[in-house]
Amino acid sequence: MASLEVSRSPRRSRRELEVRSPRQNKYSVLLPTYNERENLPLIVWLLVKSFSESGINYEIIIIDDGSPDGTRDVAEQLEKIYGSDRILLRPREKLGLGTAYIHGMKHATGNYIIIMDADLSHHPKFIPEFIRKQKEGNFDIVSGTRYKGNGGVYGWDLKRKIISDGVLPCCPGWSLLGSSDPPILASWDYSRGANFLTQILLRPGASDLTGSFRLYRKEVLEKLIEKCVSKGYVFQMEMIVRARQLNYTIGEVPISFVDRVYGESKLGGNEIVSFLKGLLTLFATT
Amino acid sequence: MLSMGGLRLSLVRFSFLLLRGAFLSFLAVTMTKLAQWLWGLAILGSTWAALTTGALGLELPLSCQEVLWPLPAYLLVSAGCYALGTVGYRVATFHDCEDAARELQSQIQEARADLARRGLRF
Repeated sequence: MASLEVSRSPRRSRRELEVRSPRQNKYSVLLPTYNERENLPLIVWLLVKSFSESGINYEIIIIDDGSPDGTRDVAEQLEKIYGSDRILLRPREKLGLGTAYIHGMKHATGNYIIIMDADLSHHPKFIPEFIRKQKEGNFDIVSGTRYKGNGGVYGWDLKRKIISDGVLPCCPGWSLLGSSDPPILASWDYSRGANFLTQILLRPGASDLTGSFRLYRKEVLEKLIEKCVSKGYVFQMEMIVRARQLNYTIGEVPISFVDRVYGESKLGGNEIVSFLKGLLTLFATT
Repeated sequence: MLSMGGLRLSLVRFSFLLLRGAFLSFLAVTMTKLAQWLWGLAILGSTWAALTTGALGLELPLSCQEVLWPLPAYLLVSAGCYALGTVGYRVATFHDCEDAARELQSQIQEARADLARRGLRF
C-alpha cells in the first residue's frame, strides 16, 4: 500500500507540490516507545494504511528511550521499508514523557502533531476522524474520548471500570507489577481513566482527561509542554486543564480503547497517592 | 443558650476563615478552582449560618427552621447519592468494544503477513 503511494508521488513532485501550496497540512505522529518490539511494526503498518487510504500527508517519528529488547532494530527495518521521509528515528538515552514530546517535536516538520500510545490500544483508524473534527471546528486540540458516543474500552473488568470512571485512574503499570522499569514510563502506557472526581473538581471541558490519543496544532503543543509541570499520571490531565486555561478550543472524537494488558488490574497505594497529589495540585493552582 | 452562643461564634469564625482563604486565593492572578470552591462554600455557608443563628434578625417560621438546620447534612447525602448514581450509571453503560478487539486481531494477522512479505524480521 505504502510503496504504491510512494511510487505514485516521488520525492521531486511532492516537493514541487509543497512549494506550490505551502499551506498543505502535514501530520507528524510522535511515537514514544520503550520495549515495543512486538507492537511497533504493527502500529506503523496500521498508521501507514490509515494515512495512505485517506491521502493524508504524514510522518512518523519514533522516539525510543533505549529499549533493551531491540525496538530500535525493528524501527530501522521499518525505516528501510517505508522510507526515511515517512519514518524518522530519533532515539535518545533520556527517559520521560514530556521530554520525549519535546525531543520529537524538534524534528517534526508537520504543522499538526498526533500523540498516541504505541501499544495498539489506540487504533490509527481514528486519525482521519480527528483530522475531520479539527477542520470542522477549527479546533486547537482534538482529544480521543472513551467516555462519549461510540467510544469505549475492551478488556476492562468491572473493578477497573468503576475506578476509572469513578475516582482514580487504572494503572496496571510496570511499577505495579514489581518491575524495576522507570515509573514515569507507566504514564503513557498504562495510566487510564477519566473520572468523576476530576470532572467535579477541575471542570476541564473534556471528557477523557488521561487518555493520550490526541491531535494538537504544533504551536499549541509547544506552548502546553512549556507550561506543564506534572510528571506521570497527571501529565495528560494537566495538558487539557492548561489548554482550557489558555483558552484553546478542544474537540472530541469517540474512540475504542483496546487494552492489551487484560487481567492485570492492580492498584498500588503509591499510584493512588501520586494521582491524588497531582489532582489536588491542579485543583489549587489552575 | 450558652452553647448556642458558642456555636454561633464558632460558625462566624468558620465563615470568616473560609472567606479569608477564598479572598487570599482570589488575589492570585486568576481565580483557581480551589478559590471558586471556597467562594461558593463561603457564600452558601454564611447564608446558612446567618439564617439558622438568626444573625439577620429574621424570625423564620419554626417549620422553616426545622428544615434549614439539617440542610447541609441533606445536601451532603444527596451529593453522595448523585456521585454513586452517576458512577454506577456510567459503569453500567460503559461500551465494551468487542468488535474493535476482533477487528484489531484480524488486522494484526494481515499486518504480520504483509510486513514479512516486505522482508521484516520480527
